[in-house]
Amino acid sequence: MTQPFVHVEDVAKRWNGQLGVENISLSIPEGAFVALLGPSGCGKSTTLRLLSGLELPDEGRISIDGRDVTLAAPSERNLSMVFQSYALFPHLSVAENVMFGLKVRKTPKAERQKKLHRALEITGLLGYENRKPGELSGGQRQRVALARAIVANQPLCLMDEPLSNLDAKLRASVRKDIKKLQSDLGMTVVYVTHDQTEAMSMADMVVLMKDGHIQQVGAPEDLYYKPANTFVAEFVGAPPMALIDSAALPGFGGVEKIGLRAENIHVAETGQGRLSCQVSECEFLGSETFVGLSHPGTTGLTVSMPGLRNIPAGQQMEIGFSDADLHFFDANGQRLNQPQPGA
Amino acid sequence: MAEHVNIERRRQAIYGWLLLSPAAILLTTFAFYPSLATFWDSLFSRETRRRPSEFIGLENYTDLFADPTFLVVVKNNLIYAGVTIPVSIGIALGMALWANSKIPARGFVRTAYFTPTVLPMIAAANLWLFFYTPGLGVLDQIGSLFGLPSVNWLGQPETALWAVIIVTIWKEAGFFMIFYLAALQTIPEDLKEAADIEGASRWTYFRRIVLPLLMPTTLFIMVNALINSVKLIDHLFILTKGGPNDASKLILYYIWEMAFAFFDAPHAAAMTIMVLLVLGIVAAVKFTILDKRTHYQ
Repeated sequence: MTQPFVHVEDVAKRWNGQLGVENISLSIPEGAFVALLGPSGCGKSTTLRLLSGLELPDEGRISIDGRDVTLAAPSERNLSMVFQSYALFPHLSVAENVMFGLKVRKTPKAERQKKLHRALEITGLLGYENRKPGELSGGQRQRVALARAIVANQPLCLMDEPLSNLDAKLRASVRKDIKKLQSDLGMTVVYVTHDQTEAMSMADMVVLMKDGHIQQVGAPEDLYYKPANTFVAEFVGAPPMALIDSAALPGFGGVEKIGLRAENIHVAETGQGRLSCQVSECEFLGSETFVGLSHPGTTGLTVSMPGLRNIPAGQQMEIGFSDADLHFFDANGQRLNQPQPGA
Repeated sequence: MAEHVNIERRRQAIYGWLLLSPAAILLTTFAFYPSLATFWDSLFSRETRRRPSEFIGLENYTDLFADPTFLVVVKNNLIYAGVTIPVSIGIALGMALWANSKIPARGFVRTAYFTPTVLPMIAAANLWLFFYTPGLGVLDQIGSLFGLPSVNWLGQPETALWAVIIVTIWKEAGFFMIFYLAALQTIPEDLKEAADIEGASRWTYFRRIVLPLLMPTTLFIMVNALINSVKLIDHLFILTKGGPNDASKLILYYIWEMAFAFFDAPHAAAMTIMVLLVLGIVAAVKFTILDKRTHYQ
């Protein structure tokens, strides 16, 4: 196996004894698009800042491109960064903003102009060279931040929730742009987001975090189809996976919780279903309607029905599903590949 | 329909004038009218018991340029402004940068720097009078530890103006620091981080990012410092009374002397008009030329 491009080993960072992140270990291959995903305060931004060198770890080691950079200054790590707020210099024009780093590194003028032109061309900002950030729209500012990140052609680019200040429509299009940019330039991207749609649609590898710990690392489909624990099961997917107490669905040994996705549930004829529930709400999404169900001993039970349904709350509904679609979790919430037979 | 629009427009106009009128009335009574009256007075000769006042045109102005004291005072004030403005701004910026960084006892440092501003100028002058006193003063006491001779800082023409300048800088720097401190806190932290990632040194970051972003504040402070260099003369009354031999006399002090010690109102009026003129020109230059090169957020 080749040496990973970014290697993080048992990194921990605490503030005044309070937990920041702990036991962070990651191997990122070159050219990968990695998303750090998790709810607010889970430590994903801290992890990114540790990679960038804006924060230094209390424990552990970080190496980038085979070089130990655990305590190196940000500028020594050959990386670029896109900030959530974009961090554009408000008094400098677009061109000056993009070229700031090149000037600092004393790149010759002709080369600087060539790189600037190319970066602006890629991000579609040609013609805006002399505008100040204050004269640009949110989407354009975001692209200036991107242009500044790619102009120096650094192999690693860190992005801290770069789309969170954009409206939903723009977000979808910029998402595609970033993904295309990354594969065209062959950059390795580490991307922080709390939006699972972003993470699932863009990343080759998703790192799901909670309370300063990594919960699961894997391809988006792994997180969706093989959640490592109940937190992942309940975080990934819309609607998230329903969890059923083993007491409500007996017959599986050594199992505490049973997970089930909405698309694997079907409505059964009366008397033929495996669980009898009450309808609690209907959520119409156009092509389908999510019908929320309540049943003692379950959380988040939802069935997806095609088209518009308007089922009054409180109505009884029986549901069926096959054993092959069930996910099993033990008493600690960890995934079990097979329930123990019998019991 | 059209009538309704007209009434609405008139209502808006009346509303606007009503909002403007308090400031307009106050400024007219206490600024515009006195300025014009002063200008008018400066065109007349001084009234004595034997000779009534008469119109003499610009003679009061030409008199002043023939007056050696006036020329000394102008030179003093130019030195005074030329030193106090840049030095107090430089010190203020340095103190603000330091008090804004992560240092222990930051609150104490900020308070300490601001203390001279809270003191009335008269009190500050009395304090410094003690520092400067030959023989007893703090400066002489320290000097004597190193075997230096006693110096009468305020009493000799070579040092009097500089002693006054130091008091002014000491007093003003803390005041200007507060403005810089406030401005520094509006610069987002992530600009520094973005610059760090690009490998900018602290000096580059300061010169290319911080300084330009502080320009509006600097401009404001410069105007204030300029005004102060003309209008702040309280300490002269305590420290030197303009002496010795006019060595530390500033223009406003001379105007005061002319009007209330020599009772020569027309010449005082002529000087006042000249000060207004010079200040007006400098302010116009600052706001037209420098403003264009300043980035406002």
